[in-house]
Amino acid sequence: MHMYRTDMYEGMIAETVMVPGHNGTVINAYFARPLGSGPFPGVVLIHHAPGWDEWYRETTRKFAHHGYLAISPNIYYQFGHGAPEDIAAKARAAGGVSDDDVVGDIRESLGYLKSLPQSNGKTGLFGTCSAGRQTFLVACRTKGFDAAVDCWGGRVVMSQQELTPKHPVAPIDYTKDLSCPLLGLFGEEDQFPTPQQVAQHEQELKKYGKTYEFHVYPKAGHGFFYYDRSGYRQEQAVDGWNKVFTFFEKYLGTAD
Amino acid sequence: MCTGIMENTRVAGSGKGPHGWFPLNQASVSYDHPDHARAERAVIIDFLNETAEPESRVSVELTPQSARNLVQAILASLSRGEGTL
Repeated sequence: MHMYRTDMYEGMIAETVMVPGHNGTVINAYFARPLGSGPFPGVVLIHHAPGWDEWYRETTRKFAHHGYLAISPNIYYQFGHGAPEDIAAKARAAGGVSDDDVVGDIRESLGYLKSLPQSNGKTGLFGTCSAGRQTFLVACRTKGFDAAVDCWGGRVVMSQQELTPKHPVAPIDYTKDLSCPLLGLFGEEDQFPTPQQVAQHEQELKKYGKTYEFHVYPKAGHGFFYYDRSGYRQEQAVDGWNKVFTFFEKYLGTAD
Repeated sequence: MCTGIMENTRVAGSGKGPHGWFPLNQASVSYDHPDHARAERAVIIDFLNETAEPESRVSVELTPQSARNLVQAILASLSRGEGTL
């Protein structure tokens, strides 16, 4: 895991920027990067169902602090602008964003990071909650990511009845196309996904010989990284973050 | 949207948001992880006006049992008010 010393220089810039989105759109994104010429690895963060909110901005800066070019695009841009939770409610009422839109938006953010002169050419993908599912989906349907972290993504396994025009294929059915190593972090007490669904997903990854690590934490449910919610679990969150950074360092390298 | 469980229904009435009363035209009912309620899962009800600004919203997050209690209370009040008891 990236360590730093008390006598080292550190600086970052974090700001909202406009970046390309799906189908030629221009969308807003939160971009945090270490100062300096790098080269730095990159991370695209897909925000969760509660919206493009403060936690995702903090987490974007956390990755920059650890030496990553980190970008979190607003995948709810099509629902307008307002308080994140109000936009999230509009998205919820609309049945969320379509899988095609998410894949398109994230593919564009990947291209944006790779085009930067500070990039070391390696890019990871990170998402929690609904974005955990989308992280896996994008890692299967897009080439170019070097590692992906799915935190407690529900509905990777979906029944026929759960499929909708916006979500027409269960992500597990794309497993054979997974294009990069996958880290999965889950809570044993979660019901979305259940431990049985996580095990089913793991079987599929094994079947296709994919590189992956799954960790299912005891005494944790859904969203155990979220320090501002009742599901926060300190011990599991600390260990989970260590696993995230160790995994990314292994597959993306570190800043020079 | 972790669960994907969401039901929409058209409604007529008014809701009181941060800028006062506004007309409602939709109620979105989902079963998902709450933003604020201290529960693993909740019934989340958003009373909305699709054509108004996003903050025109009245939202509640109810534990599953309290959501059931609310349904019973609504049905009971309708039954009494409309004289069908």
